[in-house]
Amino acid sequence: MTTNSTLAPPAAAPQLAASAHAKRAATRRAALEWIAVHALGIAATLFFVLPFVFVLLTAVMTDNQALTGDLWPKDWRWSNFGTVWNTPGFLTWWRNTLLYAGLGTLLTVVSSTPVAYALAKFRFRGRNTAMMLVIATMMLPPQVIIVPMYLFWAKQLHMSGTLWPLIIPLAFGDAFSIFLLRQFLLTIPKEYTDAARVDGCGDLRTMLRVVLPMAKPAIAAVALFQFFCCWNDYFGPQIYASENPAAWTLSYGLESFKGAHHTNWNLTMAATVLVMAPVIVVFFFAQKAFIEGVTLTGVKG
Amino acid sequence: MSTATGTVHPMLKAKRRRETLRNLAFLSPWLIGFTVFFAYPLVSTVYFSFMKYDGFAAPTWNGAKNWSYVFNDYPFFWPALRNTLWLVVVMVSLRVVFGLGIGLLITKIKTAPGLFRTAFYLPYLAPPVAATMAFAFLLNPGTGPVNHLLGDLALPQPGWFNDPGWSKPALTLLALWGIGDLMVIFMAALLDVPKEQYEAAELDGAGPWSRFRYVTLPNISPIVMFAVVTGVIQTMQYYTQPLVAGKVASGVIGGSGQQFEPGYPDKSTLTLPQLVYNLGFQRFDTGSACVIALVLFALAMMFTALLMRRRSGFLSAED
Repeated sequence: MTTNSTLAPPAAAPQLAASAHAKRAATRRAALEWIAVHALGIAATLFFVLPFVFVLLTAVMTDNQALTGDLWPKDWRWSNFGTVWNTPGFLTWWRNTLLYAGLGTLLTVVSSTPVAYALAKFRFRGRNTAMMLVIATMMLPPQVIIVPMYLFWAKQLHMSGTLWPLIIPLAFGDAFSIFLLRQFLLTIPKEYTDAARVDGCGDLRTMLRVVLPMAKPAIAAVALFQFFCCWNDYFGPQIYASENPAAWTLSYGLESFKGAHHTNWNLTMAATVLVMAPVIVVFFFAQKAFIEGVTLTGVKG
Repeated sequence: MSTATGTVHPMLKAKRRRETLRNLAFLSPWLIGFTVFFAYPLVSTVYFSFMKYDGFAAPTWNGAKNWSYVFNDYPFFWPALRNTLWLVVVMVSLRVVFGLGIGLLITKIKTAPGLFRTAFYLPYLAPPVAATMAFAFLLNPGTGPVNHLLGDLALPQPGWFNDPGWSKPALTLLALWGIGDLMVIFMAALLDVPKEQYEAAELDGAGPWSRFRYVTLPNISPIVMFAVVTGVIQTMQYYTQPLVAGKVASGVIGGSGQQFEPGYPDKSTLTLPQLVYNLGFQRFDTGSACVIALVLFALAMMFTALLMRRRSGFLSAED
């Protein structure tokens, strides 16, 4: 900055010509950079999108063509989706998945919010220890405690063969949701809660009426994450529901679908599309909340 | 907070008691959840790791036999640990480099950035079972589109999920496809780098590489660290993709999946979480399953401690 201003006045005239020249070079460089960046962008897009395209194209092939290495369908067999939809069990898997994901998300949000609020806004002994334990449970693979958990649900409560062993624990707070909500609640200035207290608001009312309306994006992100987490869960249903096909979810059933149609890549891919589609539709409606949520996990703190 | 002394005003005492009750009320869901669904099963896992128990007959004391079985005689333990190491070294580092690259690319794209961002992000959302099935199809050695294209280009056609030497690279490809989470985190970090620093570097005549090396990297290094450590922790939990890939490629998949020995082909896709399932739910060796669970616990906690030391911001509140 300083070197610029001291140099400018005496060498004004020659620099004008030079700067015009430099400007043209800069424009050319910018254009080249634009081309390079967007060429790379298109290459990356192919890597990310082509798998979806091949899956879709195979999903609408005939049984015979799906056995060949063809990339492009000869007859477009859209009825494959109907065939999959009408497979015995498929609708039950849908219902079970919706119950698990819907109820699970609701319970998670209701039970995790007050915990996150206390960890962010109240001062008490052991708060940091509690936060450390929340992070520790969040990082733990579910397999670490699965053996006693299974014995607890199956032998003591006789609930194996259902999804309840996966849903009920969500009524007692989910570590990742607590963590994410707390990170967001920390960013809400203390002045709001102080003002509410001066106005005679109790803690519960302050949380519900003053703070949570401001935390809507974070709550939306937590709800989305939990919904996807339940939707995608494979290990949980494998442990608790595998013995009873009436309790299977889409993620778990999809694999058995492949088993039953082991030569029909087209039907398997049609089923795959039907499992992916809802998640992608939800994403398009809630893209912003979702990306904010991911950012919150990594950047804040 | 003043420390409690002998002479506290009764009203202050009442207020403090009220606050404690309030804290407990707000925390109660988690206090119950933590006790019932974490502390109790963890203690129970330690207990069972020393017992002989098949899930039916009453458990009996087994001393350190489960431990010595896992480390000396269980054929899956060391291959699983070796695979985990491979995944940590290759998959995690490639994911970080690729995630940073895609993050950089997306911050440079000026035309239709939203469209590109959505395309890059979408695969991350594909349910793991569905994504793995899709890749098992795309990469199947016989009729898969990828080998079809490689054949057209006269390139070698690997066996992917059917070849022990190629199954982990195939899983890595699947993991790179779902880079969306890291892309978003890096993108946010890159946009947070102060613009003045780039301008200053440019005035000093720094080229693109020097700007990246001396401005970008130092600014985002905490996020790189975060990505590496969470990547390692995720590797400890790596379960669905290797299991489903092995099942689909081997052709052994049926309803309950009880018969499938994980690791196909030739133990190359074994990971530690799969061993808990294999021992506890397929071989009905509860004790040894709990030994693996504790090994997993120790590894996960080690890296979590590292993460918390590095990023104390996880814990501290601003007041």
